[in-house]
Amino acid sequence: MKTVMKAIDLDQLSKAHEARFSDIERTDEQLPWPQFTVAGLNFYYGSHQALKDINLIVPNKRVTAFIGPSGCGKTTLLRTLNRMNEEVPGTRVEGSIRLGDRDLFSIPATTLRRVVGMVFQKPSPFPKTIFENVAFGLRLEHRFSRSEIADRVEHSLRRAALWDEVKDKLNQSANGISGGQQQRLCIARALAVDPDVLLLDEPCSALDPVSTAKIEDLLFEIKNTCTIVIVTHNMLQAARVADYVGFFLNGELIELNRAKQIFQNPERQQTQDYITGRFG
Amino acid sequence: MSASYPSRTRKIVNYTMLSLTGLCTLLVVSVLFTILAYLLWHGAHALNLNFFIKLPAPVGQGGGGVANAIIGTLKLLALASLIGVPIGLIGGIYLSEFAGGWSGFAVRYTTDLLNGVPSVVMGIFVYTLVVLPMHHFSTLAGGIALGIMMIPIALRSTEDFLRAVPRSLREGGLALGASKSETIFTIVIPAAIYGIITGVMLDIARVAGETAPLLFTAFGNQFNSPGWMQPTSSLPVVIYNYAISPYDEWHQQAWAAGFVLLSGLLAVSILARVVLARGKKLSHG
Amino acid sequence: MGNIALSTPEVPVPTRGLDRKQTWLERLRKGDEALHLITFAGGWSIIVITALLVQHLWVYSRLARHAFGWHFLFTSTWDPVNGLFGAWPFVYGTIVTSILALAIAIPIGLGSAIFLAELAPRSLSNGLTFLIELLAAVPSVIYGLVGIFLLIPVLSTAMPYFQKVFGWLPIFQGTFYGVSYFSAAVVLAIMVVPFIVSISREVLLAVPISQREAMMALGATKWEVTWKTVVPYARQGIMGSIFLSLARALGETMAVTMVIGNVAQVSTSLLAPGYTIAAVIANEFTEATGDLYLHALIELGLVLFAVTMIINALARLLMLTMKGHEVAA
Repeated sequence: MKTVMKAIDLDQLSKAHEARFSDIERTDEQLPWPQFTVAGLNFYYGSHQALKDINLIVPNKRVTAFIGPSGCGKTTLLRTLNRMNEEVPGTRVEGSIRLGDRDLFSIPATTLRRVVGMVFQKPSPFPKTIFENVAFGLRLEHRFSRSEIADRVEHSLRRAALWDEVKDKLNQSANGISGGQQQRLCIARALAVDPDVLLLDEPCSALDPVSTAKIEDLLFEIKNTCTIVIVTHNMLQAARVADYVGFFLNGELIELNRAKQIFQNPERQQTQDYITGRFG
Repeated sequence: MSASYPSRTRKIVNYTMLSLTGLCTLLVVSVLFTILAYLLWHGAHALNLNFFIKLPAPVGQGGGGVANAIIGTLKLLALASLIGVPIGLIGGIYLSEFAGGWSGFAVRYTTDLLNGVPSVVMGIFVYTLVVLPMHHFSTLAGGIALGIMMIPIALRSTEDFLRAVPRSLREGGLALGASKSETIFTIVIPAAIYGIITGVMLDIARVAGETAPLLFTAFGNQFNSPGWMQPTSSLPVVIYNYAISPYDEWHQQAWAAGFVLLSGLLAVSILARVVLARGKKLSHG
Repeated sequence: MGNIALSTPEVPVPTRGLDRKQTWLERLRKGDEALHLITFAGGWSIIVITALLVQHLWVYSRLARHAFGWHFLFTSTWDPVNGLFGAWPFVYGTIVTSILALAIAIPIGLGSAIFLAELAPRSLSNGLTFLIELLAAVPSVIYGLVGIFLLIPVLSTAMPYFQKVFGWLPIFQGTFYGVSYFSAAVVLAIMVVPFIVSISREVLLAVPISQREAMMALGATKWEVTWKTVVPYARQGIMGSIFLSLARALGETMAVTMVIGNVAQVSTSLLAPGYTIAAVIANEFTEATGDLYLHALIELGLVLFAVTMIINALARLLMLTMKGHEVAA
């Protein structure tokens, strides 16, 4: 879904950003520790190179947004962080990614994905009850008692700001709730296993503004315990939620900096052009 | 004047041909109803309790039944399902979830090939495979023949329903740390289960009416057939034998057996569609 | 190219959960390789079974193949008592009944398909199609039953009048005793019509509206649109359904053997009794005395297998190359 970019007032962006993060910025002078360290990453779909020499750091317990036009590689990079790209045949990765102090590729993929969760663009709840959707990840571990699962399900639904809306219909099909609720259900589902990182691939692009606002609010809440990486087409959204923003173009990382910096005073011309809507 | 009002001849042709197509449809549908009505009429007449619980009696004596055939058919279908369903399911999972390129093509092509084998040839195969080494006919041989015939449809139907499960559901499972096999068993198969069950039901219904393969494998039996190693009677074979016999009494029983067989098949077919519809409804909230 | 330079402290972020070793049970549950192997075996077991089938047919027909080769398909004397096995009567009967069955079924089936796809309102069309597809679920032996006790008597009563008009044709000469090529062909036609109707209807429905609109805009009548545009567009799928029906007709056993008379002769008259390959196998297999007899029958089975396999493959080829529209037969 290509968002048509109109010329955007940089002041408008920075004001949106200020409103949210002004007090945190003041104390956050020192850079937080890196959650992901990406060095020299190249990614290929067959013979097509989707990512070119990516070097970046995703800071711990902050919201990092990847922005850029369609096809720039931001989603590819996101899906490399939890190795979902490996499920597609014909892909090749070069370079290194570290998660904390571990080599990402040496961890078994299934273990990695318990720690690095993902929410997809289109809300896709399983054709099960709401409860079973959230409990799914927990049941995979085979070590939680029934009451523990029930507690964690409730806790996740609260974190996803969905508990009040579904607490009376936990045993109904997940397909019976609205799109925005389904997406929050998917977030709750991802949070249930208590991941350190949550990756979100344009989570609000299929939703209405009210649901979008709810999700942005809850991201703000959970980033205290969870590093968040969000891919978004929506510049205003990035301004609203992100601490750090990375701008991608044609498979390259053009600029990565604090959000305020990117929106108020970008260092590269391409970033400036994209933000002001010269190309979409 | 080319794009103008069609001429009278063209209109007559139009009307005639279109009416003919309607007649064709009427013809086909009436054939169906005639068959069903005839079966119903003649079959229902001969139905009585004896029919269901008694063994065949000598001609002229009356009071006989086809109990052994009913039990035989049930046993054969049970054995056939035991063979056909697991292989079909597992093969279907292979084609849908694992198979790449040429391997998948080979399996799919061979499955379609096996599906096209005439039932009488299947009977020959199982005869040479099971009956000859054992030196006698058996329920086992009959069950194997029907079981092999069940595999292709079970497999393709399972594959189709598994493929219909959206990729996003699989990705959702993988992203939560489930392995591929966990995703298959806890997400994909449950999502497709109604369709798979429907496919199996229709498959069983289809082989229930097969006669030719049984002629050389289970053969037939006037009496009960204990266990699995003896020849057994079955509804389709009984219908055949009684129908071509010269005895009116047996003709009646053939009709009754035909009625029972067809009613069973139609009931299962309709039930299968109901199950499928219910499954669709559930998965769409 | 990031501006967040690597001047960050090298103190790593501890991530929970990565250290816990998987228990053997967890590794078992996550056994993707094991499942791959099991399903591979399941899939390939079908290839094994089919290979076994072909091998058995080949091995168990060797006596006849060595004695008669393949041209036994064209010799006419089937005399098991004297060890003479000429299969031409069966081949002839199979071809005649199948072709006649198709000659009856194709116009009626196609006509119905056109009606259901182009003329009938959707709900009526769906309902009638459902009923017609039910016909496909009726077992062969029940068709045979109805054939013996309903069709043959009906044909027998009608035949004298029919012969008054057409009796001068060699194919309609001779006394009609009920069991005949003709009766078998009629039964086969009924059995095969549902396939033609079902598949043809589907492919007709799939023809894009633009095709019809183009012709309608030129002032064509509904029939002209259908016959000159829609049907030709769908002809590959329709041909596919015909091939499929042919394969079915060739292999049909029970219904045919119950109404054809089972007489190993070659007759020009359609009203005479005859025999088909499938019917002779069904009738004489368990009575076959001696290996040569059995092998001759199995050789016939091999022929039947090969022929139906080729025709089915052609059918699938036609339907798969049909402009991307795959029809599940």
